[in-house]
Amino acid sequence: MLNNFPLWPVQASTIARSVDALYIFLLIVTGMMTLLIFICLVYFAARFRHRPGVPAVQIDGSHALEIIWSTIPFLIFMVIFAWGALVYFKERTPPADATEVYVVAKQWMWKLEHAEGQREINQLHVPVGRDVKMIMTSQDVIHSFYIPAFRIKQDVLPGRYTVEWFRATKPGTYHLFCAEYCGTQHSGMVGDIVVMEPAQYEAWMNGGSTGPLSATGEKIFAELGCSTCHRSDVQGRGPNLHGIFGKPVQLEDGRTVTADENYLRECILDPGAKRLKGFQPIMPTFQGLVTEEQVNALVAYIKSIAAAKGEAAKASASAAAPPAQTNALANGSQVQ
Amino acid sequence: MPNPIPQPATPQPAIAPPVERENYLNAKYGVWSWLLTTDHKRIALLYLLSITFFFFIGGFFALLIRLELLTPAGDLVQADTYNKLFTMHGMVMVFFFLIPSIPAVLGNFLVPMMIGAKDLAFPRINLLSWYLYVIGGVMMLHCMLTGGVDTGWTFYAPFSTNFTNTKIVEAGLAIFVAGFSSILTGLNFVVTIHRMRAPGMTWSRLPLFIWAHYATSIIQLLGTPVVAVTIVLVAAERALHLGIFDPKLGGDPLLFQHLFWFYSHPAVYIMILPSMGVVTEIIACFSRKRIFGYSFVAFSSIAIAVFGFLVWAHHMFVAGMSVYAALVFSLLSYAVAVPSAIKVFNWTATLYKGSIHYDAPMLYAFGFLGLFTIGGLTGLFLSALGINVHVTDTYFVVAHFHYIMVGGAVMGYLGGMHFWWPKISGKLYPEGWARLAALIVFIGFNLTFFPQFLLGYMGMPRRYYDYSHMPEFQILNVLSTAGATVLGVGYLLPMVYFLWSMRYGKPAPDNPWNAAGLEWKTPSPPPTFNFDEEPVVTWEAYNYDELDSPDLGSPGNDAPHKQEVPVAR
Repeated sequence: MLNNFPLWPVQASTIARSVDALYIFLLIVTGMMTLLIFICLVYFAARFRHRPGVPAVQIDGSHALEIIWSTIPFLIFMVIFAWGALVYFKERTPPADATEVYVVAKQWMWKLEHAEGQREINQLHVPVGRDVKMIMTSQDVIHSFYIPAFRIKQDVLPGRYTVEWFRATKPGTYHLFCAEYCGTQHSGMVGDIVVMEPAQYEAWMNGGSTGPLSATGEKIFAELGCSTCHRSDVQGRGPNLHGIFGKPVQLEDGRTVTADENYLRECILDPGAKRLKGFQPIMPTFQGLVTEEQVNALVAYIKSIAAAKGEAAKASASAAAPPAQTNALANGSQVQ
Repeated sequence: MPNPIPQPATPQPAIAPPVERENYLNAKYGVWSWLLTTDHKRIALLYLLSITFFFFIGGFFALLIRLELLTPAGDLVQADTYNKLFTMHGMVMVFFFLIPSIPAVLGNFLVPMMIGAKDLAFPRINLLSWYLYVIGGVMMLHCMLTGGVDTGWTFYAPFSTNFTNTKIVEAGLAIFVAGFSSILTGLNFVVTIHRMRAPGMTWSRLPLFIWAHYATSIIQLLGTPVVAVTIVLVAAERALHLGIFDPKLGGDPLLFQHLFWFYSHPAVYIMILPSMGVVTEIIACFSRKRIFGYSFVAFSSIAIAVFGFLVWAHHMFVAGMSVYAALVFSLLSYAVAVPSAIKVFNWTATLYKGSIHYDAPMLYAFGFLGLFTIGGLTGLFLSALGINVHVTDTYFVVAHFHYIMVGGAVMGYLGGMHFWWPKISGKLYPEGWARLAALIVFIGFNLTFFPQFLLGYMGMPRRYYDYSHMPEFQILNVLSTAGATVLGVGYLLPMVYFLWSMRYGKPAPDNPWNAAGLEWKTPSPPPTFNFDEEPVVTWEAYNYDELDSPDLGSPGNDAPHKQEVPVAR
């Protein structure tokens, strides 16, 4: 399953290419530095070994040399720093139109739910060539979602969302590891990332879905009575949630924040913390009343009603016509 | 090349020593003369015994870890036991071996002597610091024997505060107490170096060992209280359910990581700076030269201590921190690499046109240079944000920090033990065995830890008990385990021949290496108050030209010892 060269991990995402390129650059640069130092050490040690009657020549130092060997490494370091930062920004900036997968980690299991509704445990099926964004949280301790073949890793924290994304470039089955120590079965918290050709992926997708996650969220939204206050007109006691996702909102205390996934999540679990300007503190907390999966579904629903009102009914489009989506992304994505 | 010290195999008839003169070892006898001593040299030996004890406990845990990883399946111990093994290995090695190692043993012994003082500024506080260490150590042993801890030495919350049933508070308190021992040692060194230098011992004449310890002490003083506070907060959340770190209680798990690494990153420099000091002394002596760029080496120690406080969050690039914070910490991490690079270049340049001897301490110093260079350069990989995401929390990190903390710090510690052993014990160790041990340690170390770089880039996460899901990692793990057994032999050897030399070793001359430095201008072993009369320093540091000059022209500071010196000039 791993590459032909047994000491190199398989390279199966767009980011893996960028990381490997920087890694090879660093191997060359540090290899040259090591060689320079070791050659000097070995040559000096041999050439200037003790010989009776040949005393050491005392040299106090040289400001010029000190400046040279501080400045040149520093400049090289700055190149590495800048390159590393560029790769990192790419790793940490998910394309806006990526397919979404919600991840809930717990001791010692990965629970994954596609926006289209498929649920998986310790396995994630994804198509080649599509940007996939994972919106992740933990039910208990800190975990870390690590796919070596994609060269990506992100800690998964309790109480908030963290985000990670990739675009797979090569069909195959790759390791999924928990990389942050999380207790007894930490080393058992492993799984597989199955990257499929788009057609196979479609076939897989069509088996056994419970409907899109946003639809589940809509149901929960109604069951919990959210819709009595959060109405779709301006009459509700709570803010109208249509179109709110991704927009800047003004808070009661005067701050302006972006209504992203983490904000929605916090409003559900701790409504008093960042209350919208102009609304009374009447919303009860849902901490303990909803599971992490239900919060994910609610967030997915609120996002879907933003998208439906917004540009191009993106969420439903991605569920209905994934192959077209793939092509669109290949042509016009933010990555590459 | 002349070998200064005869092999044990060919014992030469020792010249019957004249009536042994009084020294710190024979000044008093009896258990209480040790347990109530305020002599910095005796306290150094107390520390030597206690940290050696913990080194072998930590080493035993390491051996079990490596044996478990010999096969992919988890078959030697239970998962929980394995988790406790790597946790206790880390805690024992970091807090009870590496942090006290060079400062509390060699530093304690040498700082007063190198600056021409009778003792440290606060001899009783020095003894207190050893007792605190012992109390912390006993608490740690008790914690281990009654169940241990399974969080990893990093104590990450909320796992440590609300999800494990192991002895977090006990282990935390043990580290808390031992931490005060470290603070007191640092305090003692800072005051001593400021106030007790002999006449003429200006700052620019200080051995670089002293500069390194000065920088270390500053970190100990400023950093250790932060980890103490962090431990208290963990205990408070655990025992009283105060919401500090666990989001379920309203806390923030990243806060823990910031607090923890604010100390624990500078702690790496507590471990490596003294080792750099040791290596500087050794390189100067065995290349018979003044250190190239003295002031740059001195100030780079201070720079490392200062910058070392500004890079802690490079342990947290995937922890969920802001990308802009990550950017700043990456940049600062490259800044701290510059003074380390300066040191390596200056050491290398010191060899140029030297007169290099290959005695055992120098072999350890060469080993240090090689391993520290690799350890330091792999730090450049980890500081590069894009690569860090892939290799953090894998064996790449494990390999990197072992190259620094074992390859660097322990090599320096062993080199220093060999260099100053004649002064400490008054006896010579068997040179041949010592060189052999240096070679075994070097080979064993590389065989153990180099494969782990490869494992890390291939993606093997650290702290995995069972890797049967990815059997492709086995070959490199087998290499690593094989290396660990070689390394174990390399570490046992010095202990054996040091003990042997205490009884059978030849008496050491006052200055067996013909080395510069005040500690060599007093008998071996030194008298209780170090010098028969207060030294007055009229020469620069590392005056090897004067020591080696055939006419012995300089005013009487090295001439008396010259005849006894076995090392060829």
